[in-house]
Formats: sequence, C-alpha cells, structure tokens
Amino acid sequence: MALSTSRCADVLLLRPKGRIDHNNAEEFADAVKPYLADCKAGGDSLIFDLSELEYISSAGLRVLMLVSKNVGPNGGKVALAQPQRVVGEILQISRFKYVFPIHDTVAAGIAALSPDAAAAYART
Amino acid sequence: MRVRFWGTRGSLPVALTAAELRMRMARALVAARGRKFSGQREAESFLDELPRGWAHTWGGHSSCVQIELDGPRDQAREFVLCDLGSGVRRFGQELLATLGRDMRCTFHVFMSHLHWDHIMGFPFFTPAYLPGNTVRIYGGHANLRAAFERQQDAPSFPVPLSALGARLEFVQLEPDRRYDIAGLNVKAKLQRHSGGSYGFRFERNGRAVVYSTDSEHTLEAREEIDGFVDFFRDADLVIFDAMYSLADVMTVKADWGHSSNVVGVELCQLAGARHLALYHHEPIFGDERIAEIEAETRRLEEITRAGRSPLQVTAAWDGLEIEL
Repeated sequence: MALSTSRCADVLLLRPKGRIDHNNAEEFADAVKPYLADCKAGGDSLIFDLSELEYISSAGLRVLMLVSKNVGPNGGKVALAQPQRVVGEILQISRFKYVFPIHDTVAAGIAALSPDAAAAYART
Repeated sequence: MRVRFWGTRGSLPVALTAAELRMRMARALVAARGRKFSGQREAESFLDELPRGWAHTWGGHSSCVQIELDGPRDQAREFVLCDLGSGVRRFGQELLATLGRDMRCTFHVFMSHLHWDHIMGFPFFTPAYLPGNTVRIYGGHANLRAAFERQQDAPSFPVPLSALGARLEFVQLEPDRRYDIAGLNVKAKLQRHSGGSYGFRFERNGRAVVYSTDSEHTLEAREEIDGFVDFFRDADLVIFDAMYSLADVMTVKADWGHSSNVVGVELCQLAGARHLALYHHEPIFGDERIAEIEAETRRLEEITRAGRSPLQVTAAWDGLEIEL
C-alpha cells in the first residue's frame, strides 16, 4: 500500500495504491493521520481517489470511517472517487455507499466538495 | 456430523404475514403464465425456477442449532444444541413424535449467552418436563441457572424451574480450555457483546464446526482478528452472526454487539474455513432482503478469493441441514 497526496484549494486529494487489508490497515491509518490535522484545523475536505486501489478490507473501511469522524465535526467533508470494479462492489456490499458519496471521477468529486477546489483542479 | 438449524433469526422471532404470503402467491401465479402442472412435483420444480426470495422463506425462530452426531436418528439418545431460542420448541416436538414420552435422553446445551432471544424457547421445550431426561446446560456465564429460574418464575411463566420433570444441570465452562463432552471436543471463546458472549468450536473425527453468534468485531486490534482466525481455523462450517451491514456496525449500530457478512467472509477466508453460514438474521429483513444479502456475500467471496479455495456461503434458514 502506498499513499500519495496533492491539494486543490481547500480539498486534500489522497490516492491509496495497491491493497489495504488486515495486515496493513494500521499503516494506512498512520499514513492518513498527518493530513487529518490539516483538515481539523482548517475545516478542509478530503477526497480519496480510489482509481489505483485494488482491494480494501473491513479494517481499511474502518480507517475511512475514522477519517470521516475526525473531519466532519470541523465542517469538512469526505468523498470517494473512481473506485475500481472490485472496490466499488465492496463499497456496495458493505453498504459504505450510503456512508460516503462516491463519484465516478475525481473531478466530479472535487466539484461536489468545493467550487474553488474544482477550479484549481481544472487548471492542473 | 450434521448441523440442523432450528432457529436462525436474531433478537426476536418473526413470521410471514398474510399480506406477504398473498403477494408471493400472486407473483408465482403471474410468473407461471398459465402453465399447467401435472402434479405437486412439477409444481415444486417450477418454484425452484423462481427468484430465491419468492418461493423460499428463511423462517423466523430465534437462535437454536443442533449438532447431530453420527448414527441413525431414531436411535439417538444424546443430543447437542446451541442456544435455546424459540427454535428449540419445534426440535422438542419432533423428538417427542419420534421417540415418545418415555424418551430418556440427555441434552447437552451450549449457551452463547443469556439474552432473552437465546433462552425464550426453553419454557416450551417439552422434553424438559419429562422425567427420565437430563438437560445439561453449559456456558461461560456464572449466572446460567439464575437466568433460567427468572424466566420460569411468575409473573413471566407459570411453571418454576424446580417443577420441571427432567434433571437439570448447569455447568460453567472456562474459555480457551478444551473439554470432551458428548463425544465432541469443545472449546469456548469469549466474544464482544453486552454482558459477554461465548463462541464454541466443536471437533469430532477430523471435522470442526464453529458456532459464533452475538459477537461484534471492532477490527481495532490485530490480536482480536488473529484470535478469531485461530478459532475458525480450517473449520468445515462457521455459523456466524451477520445481522447487520458492515456500515451499520461501524456507525449507528456500533457497540450493539453484532457483526456483518463482510467480516464473516474475511475471517473465514483468513482461517481457511470451508463453509460460512450467515446467521442471526435481522428481524426487520424479509426473505427478499436475506436472499439479496446471500447473493452479495457469495459475490464478495468470489471477487476477494485471491487464489484461495472457494468458501461456500449460505444464509441459514430454519430447517436447513448441513452435512459435514
């Protein structure tokens, strides 16, 4: 599992890559943690680009839930975008599709979160 | 070994309503499109062609599972049960019809815990009223007898525990210790549930069944996951509390003490188990919803198999028998 990040105005874009399972869910949580502080301080929103994520287990979904619980109280939002087929089905079967907005593309997800971020993303 | 499910519903028994039955019958008639059937068998074959949630019901009795030992049924005098939900009434009735009142049987009952839905069938378990029978109730809780006494006492029920004809024994088991009971090697495991619950692993002649209901998996610690993977290791059948969706368990129903189909699949895959029985169905779910969960769980197993041997998935129903 690897995590890359970028920022578009007030939206933080996180791109996990590979597999998140019981073996490395804690590593995923640790990797995400520093960015939560930014969101908590500034009320920024966060979008996970899932286009390079091959699999996510319940332990990984738990990390997404913890992220949401941390970001939400400060006015930030969490969204998911562009899941691969397997991850998309996992989100459906686990009913996480009712917990997070899931967008077909990262651009659509960012646009739903913040007009400023959408404009910044369009310029990239 | 053979496992028979007498009650598979969680929390509260439920039944099909008249409106639901009529709707199903109307659907089946419409689907038949005027087809003619020469007899019952042909009609039943047609029912098998219909969507699973139309012509099948998962039933509504609360928790009760029998682990049937090898040998002819009509000669058995020792019986092993898990939990005494409303499903145990029918077990008792069938046994009475087979063996008669002078049955002289011993019932070994393993209690996951003492919440009402898991003990409510006992006052209606006829063999407990018959002299010559022994009902030996095992569990991890220290207050086993008190829970059954309280349920039988007025104003809840008119027949106190002390008035039952069968010999009653209560045996407290220690978790993580192996016991030989009724020809089975048994181990209990403490689980996360209000007041604590216990899962049981039964082994006999190289076969293993795990009964793990009313158990929440927080996924917070690797040790917790590993503990259950060890408990489920290479089991031929895991009977698993899949009452809620994973999202519900992590949000509105966190700390309610139950688990999900997703965690059931993951733990069974990690443990190399062969068959997962989804159990303790949410009482508000109708048959079509349970059929959907079963299909989705099979799909989840398929897309996450990753080179492992296939894990069979069944949403358990009242009356299901699984041969091991």
